[in-house]
Amino acid sequence: MRDLQEESPVPLITFNGVTVQFRGRHGMVVTALEQVDLAINEKEFVSIVGPSGCGKSTLLRLIACLIRPTAGDVHIKGRPLREPSSRIGIMFQQPVLLPWRSVLDNVLFPVELIHQPRAAFETTARELIQTVGLGGFDRAMPRELSGGMQQRVAICRALVYDPPVLLMDEPFAALDALTRDELGIELMRVTAQRDKTVVFVTHSITESILLSDRVVVMSARPGRIIDEIPIRLARPRSLDLVSTPEFGCYASQIRSRIAAAHGRLTTAGPELT
Amino acid sequence: MTTSTLWLRANVIPVTVFVALFVIWELVCRTGVVQPWLLPAPSNIAIAVWDRRVLMSFHLLVTFTEVLGGFSLAILLGVPIAILITYSDLARKITYPVLLVFQSVPKVALAPLILLWLGYGMSSKIFVAAVTAFFPLVINTTAGLVSTPAEMLELACALKARQFDVFLKVRMPWALPYIVSGMKVAVTLSVIGAVVAEFVGSDTGLGFVILNASSTMNTPVVFGAMVLLSLLGMLFFYSIVGLEKLLCPWYMKAEQGSALQIAGSMS
Repeated sequence: MRDLQEESPVPLITFNGVTVQFRGRHGMVVTALEQVDLAINEKEFVSIVGPSGCGKSTLLRLIACLIRPTAGDVHIKGRPLREPSSRIGIMFQQPVLLPWRSVLDNVLFPVELIHQPRAAFETTARELIQTVGLGGFDRAMPRELSGGMQQRVAICRALVYDPPVLLMDEPFAALDALTRDELGIELMRVTAQRDKTVVFVTHSITESILLSDRVVVMSARPGRIIDEIPIRLARPRSLDLVSTPEFGCYASQIRSRIAAAHGRLTTAGPELT
Repeated sequence: MTTSTLWLRANVIPVTVFVALFVIWELVCRTGVVQPWLLPAPSNIAIAVWDRRVLMSFHLLVTFTEVLGGFSLAILLGVPIAILITYSDLARKITYPVLLVFQSVPKVALAPLILLWLGYGMSSKIFVAAVTAFFPLVINTTAGLVSTPAEMLELACALKARQFDVFLKVRMPWALPYIVSGMKVAVTLSVIGAVVAEFVGSDTGLGFVILNASSTMNTPVVFGAMVLLSLLGMLFFYSIVGLEKLLCPWYMKAEQGSALQIAGSMS
């Protein structure tokens, strides 16, 4: 269980005035992120919510060093981010498993890429597979698994080399509602046990409140941070929390922030639930 | 139940169709409605081939070697070129227009020229077969390498993976089913290439046998050589189907995996 009062003084990841621009078609400049300042503390679970195309994924890609900021900089532990590193684990909306590899071999794939001895991680991998409820599926091929099971394998793959930071780009968006809730709880448990810092991009306000220590609300393009809302709900959390008045309070707060950013009084668009 | 009876069960209809066709063909010829030098009976064709079995085997072997050589050469040239096109912008800009122009030339029309350059021996036949088989290989291999999902590459990239590892462990396995399906088309084309080259100028090979026998109106031998050629094509084609099962079983199971998937989603 994490204590919000005891946040480490030096943030793990900091964004200082980060702007990202792309050259779109016809040479038009598209601003994905504009003047973003954000600090993410160690062991914190931060969710980023906002309408489609608000640069949420761009934020994650910056931390993964898959793209560079046009202006401003991103620091990790006070040092500027220069190249990708194995301190970061990544998860996408799709499981992106290699279809020619078994579950175990998929989980061990990052270990091969960072040139660590496979044998040293095999026990960890098997334990992780067991932890996410896929015990006995080590030798199964991705095709034989359901979407939810595949995404569980992806969680194991992101955790196997024990990166302190996890980046998750709408990892449960493609799953049905039941599996989605179940996996969210699962993820919370696994990451809390292992002291992970998680940056979690989602469309779902409910999901963001349930999982996070803090919810970062972003505006539509160009993406700006319009609010940061700390979620002071006791951990460990369960799905029952969703029906409590406190939870509803947070939800309406976030919804109204997004609506205000859109310049309308109605609740947010249908993609935000 | 043995595998052969199982196979027969699964293929009852095509086998029956073929047997029926041959029976009708044989009967029509026996009634004498058709002149034997126009359409010989299947039994006559079999006898004609059997009588010349040593000679026919020799010509079959020549064509077999040409096809195998041409096909292999096409892979050896095509796959590296596809890799180059995928990885280098410059290579793509240089090779693409050349490939496009070259592609629009009927390869069959190049055969006389290639024979002129390389002589009437086996090397010119191999080269024509290679040129004919080359394009589907390049195009399929490139398509496979390029279509690697971006997220798969990002996953590796976020871990600072070496380019060579990404190529070997992500791109190549991903492209393998594409390459194999390119090979299926290519091997059929290289049979055509070899036979065309033999038509243009040769004194060996099944193409030569067909040309030679038809000039003397020895129709049973023409048909016999044709049968051997199609058997040759089938041999190559099914070898690649076997290779596919061996190299990318995960891809082959794609269509058969649905039952397992249902079982998986229930747990």
